[in-house]
Amino acid sequence: MLKKFFKRGKKDKEENIVKEEETNIEEISEDKEEHIEEPEEVEDITTESEIETEEEIEPENESDEPEEPKGLFGKLKKGLAKTRNGITGKINDVLKNYRKIDEDLFEEIEEILISADVGVNITMRIIEDLEDKVKERNIKDPSEIMGLLKEELEEILLDKETDNAINIEPSPAIVLVVGVNGVGKTTSIGKLSAKLRRQGKKVLIAAGDTFRAAAIEQLEEWSNRAGVDIISHQEGADPAAVIFDGIQAAKARKSDVLICDTAGRLHNKKNLMNELNKIFRVVEREYPDATKEVLLVVDATTGQNAIMQAKVFKEACEITGIVLTKLDGTAKGGVVLAVQSELDVPVKLVGVGEQIDDLQEFEPKAFVKAIFED
Amino acid sequence: MIFEGLAEKLQNTLGKLKGKGKLSESDVKAAMREVKLALLEADVNFKVVKNFVKNVRERAVGNEVMESLTPGQQVIKIVNEELTKLMGETESKINFSSSPPTIIMMCGLQGAGKTTHTGKIGSMLKNKGKRPLLVACDIYRPAAIKQLQVVGEKVEVPVFAMGDKQDPVNIAKASIEHAKKHGNDVVILDTAGRLHIDEDLMTELQNIKSEVQPNEILLVVDAMTGQDAVNVAENFNEKLDVSGVVLTKLDGDARGGAALSIRAVTEKPIKFVGMGEKLDQLEVFHPDRMASRILGMGDVLSLIEKAQENFDAKKAMDLEKKLRTQQFTFDDFLDQLEQMKNMGPLDQILEMIPGVGSKQLKNLSVDDKELVKIEAIIKSMTKKERQDPSIINGSRRKRIAEGSGTKIQDVNKLLKQFKETRKMMKKFSGMEKSMKKRGGFKLPF
Repeated sequence: MLKKFFKRGKKDKEENIVKEEETNIEEISEDKEEHIEEPEEVEDITTESEIETEEEIEPENESDEPEEPKGLFGKLKKGLAKTRNGITGKINDVLKNYRKIDEDLFEEIEEILISADVGVNITMRIIEDLEDKVKERNIKDPSEIMGLLKEELEEILLDKETDNAINIEPSPAIVLVVGVNGVGKTTSIGKLSAKLRRQGKKVLIAAGDTFRAAAIEQLEEWSNRAGVDIISHQEGADPAAVIFDGIQAAKARKSDVLICDTAGRLHNKKNLMNELNKIFRVVEREYPDATKEVLLVVDATTGQNAIMQAKVFKEACEITGIVLTKLDGTAKGGVVLAVQSELDVPVKLVGVGEQIDDLQEFEPKAFVKAIFED
Repeated sequence: MIFEGLAEKLQNTLGKLKGKGKLSESDVKAAMREVKLALLEADVNFKVVKNFVKNVRERAVGNEVMESLTPGQQVIKIVNEELTKLMGETESKINFSSSPPTIIMMCGLQGAGKTTHTGKIGSMLKNKGKRPLLVACDIYRPAAIKQLQVVGEKVEVPVFAMGDKQDPVNIAKASIEHAKKHGNDVVILDTAGRLHIDEDLMTELQNIKSEVQPNEILLVVDAMTGQDAVNVAENFNEKLDVSGVVLTKLDGDARGGAALSIRAVTEKPIKFVGMGEKLDQLEVFHPDRMASRILGMGDVLSLIEKAQENFDAKKAMDLEKKLRTQQFTFDDFLDQLEQMKNMGPLDQILEMIPGVGSKQLKNLSVDDKELVKIEAIIKSMTKKERQDPSIINGSRRKRIAEGSGTKIQDVNKLLKQFKETRKMMKKFSGMEKSMKKRGGFKLPF
């Protein structure tokens, strides 16, 4: 099963995996103690995640140096290729067709931004600022618009750059993961726990989605893949009780990070939002000393409703960051601009694929750069 | 809350037009700008919006409106007609094969709701006397098969699975044989979520298609989808020639512009809409009613249909009479509550009533838990009080509150709400008259 999963888009890596498997035997045997039930599968997974670790170390270190964006951001850029081609390509096309800067030109740019899900309000704001700057600087050449536009977008993403890194220091930390249905919460948790484990953290997962059919099994599978422990109850159990147990277990086992899954819920369902608020209060009460991070998972294909989601979830459980998933499709990342600028909740992680390592830290600068690089 | 925001916007815009006797070109232009913005904010694809606005403007600025006596109405009519056109003009149902089993293939992006809706459609068909078989073709996502099995168990529909080591094409093929042997007349294939640009996985779907020749290929799309809905729909349609769309999560507050976009680019009907997480919350999509709903006219027909399924016909007749004659009492209210419980969440039902715009709904906050409280309060009233709430004075209020274990404020709130409900009912009967004048639009009350 797992082999099949990893076959997708990873055929090229298979050879390496076989080779590396032997070298990792020591680490595997450690893991076996925790997962006796399905030792073979665990072997596979752990092996691969270990390999990811080794493969990822290099680029991750390089990420501090902005001159080398190809490593860590290579994947992000690949995921953003469509966005980039979409936005930049179209804008360049537009610019070629215009000899001078006039209203039609701005209207075309407006349309491009809106078609990227940037949203009417922010698009208007960008266009207004753009017009002002063109006047101020007395710009006559349409090609200069490109640079200005990039500046504009960066400004929106950068001026609130208080903290785009995931906040889990000092230990112990608790990460509550929330969102509407089908955005990729469980998958993101799987990826995040693998990522944190790679960084040497002791991770524990609490299966708080007790509603959706087989959600617990799905998360268990991910915990196997990531090689981390999981606390779960039966389907239909009180999610707050699962989180409570998770917290007690995290304390007893001295886990560095406890990641809590929750059931997907539409933000306009009052009772479900109350339930979430209860979970949040349990966390506040039972784990007061822990570093808290509440992540809202948002599907990049979502349109303007993402803003409303963020607003309501912020009220219910004080979200501190956004995980933007499914950015590897043709959906434009435009909704990021809206979410970050209107709600002051920074995007912290970006999902760019289905593999366990397809979760990247969000870097506004690199993000904008990737959008505009050809 | 479907399209509520959009309806509100259009109403605001067109409300401005209503006040004037005649329309100038600039009026129409301003109105169309509002329509355009509202549609864009509702996530309708900008190209679709452009066309739409162009069509409406062309029609509106013509003599048709200028010479009309009620220009506002005329614009609403045009917007409505164009929206209806965009939504498609007829409702659609499942195409059953003349030689069973009928094969339905579900496809779409990750997280759209394929597995849940496989279960919902299975359940719906089972209730219609079919013998469906659900097939687990998602071999990639962890626990996807298990999820379908749990869903199948809940709706008591058999699930065919071959684990996650078989090729989905083989699973699909084998399931058809299984269905033939076991007398299942509908086979629903739940495929893995995939990006429309993932060539390998799109080829897999094409292979399944050519192998089993489905009668229906349903594209499952999240109603919250933004501008990208066009790309997704276009790609899936191009590769698979889908036969219809299932629009999910419409119980959210997304304005659902994606529905318009998908219709416009694929010209494929939206066959079903998902209205909740429970496995019976699936509804047939009625494009014509939806357009009316966008304009704030309410989904009257859906309400009637729902009511017919769950309401006692005779009681409904009585109620209708009472509503007309303003003799609606707390007894009826209680009766309604009982029946409402079978119909689904109250706010969903209220939304379908024409004239109950978002503004009125805001004053009338409806929470299902509140219903329990309301029931207790009404049951603590005497017969006389229920018949004639106006006699409920201070001491009666106190007694009712104590009897029902609530606070006096709760009792007051209910009395106020009751009054408002009566007022609303009065409005309906008023509306009916004006609607009839305009012609053709019949109300249930």
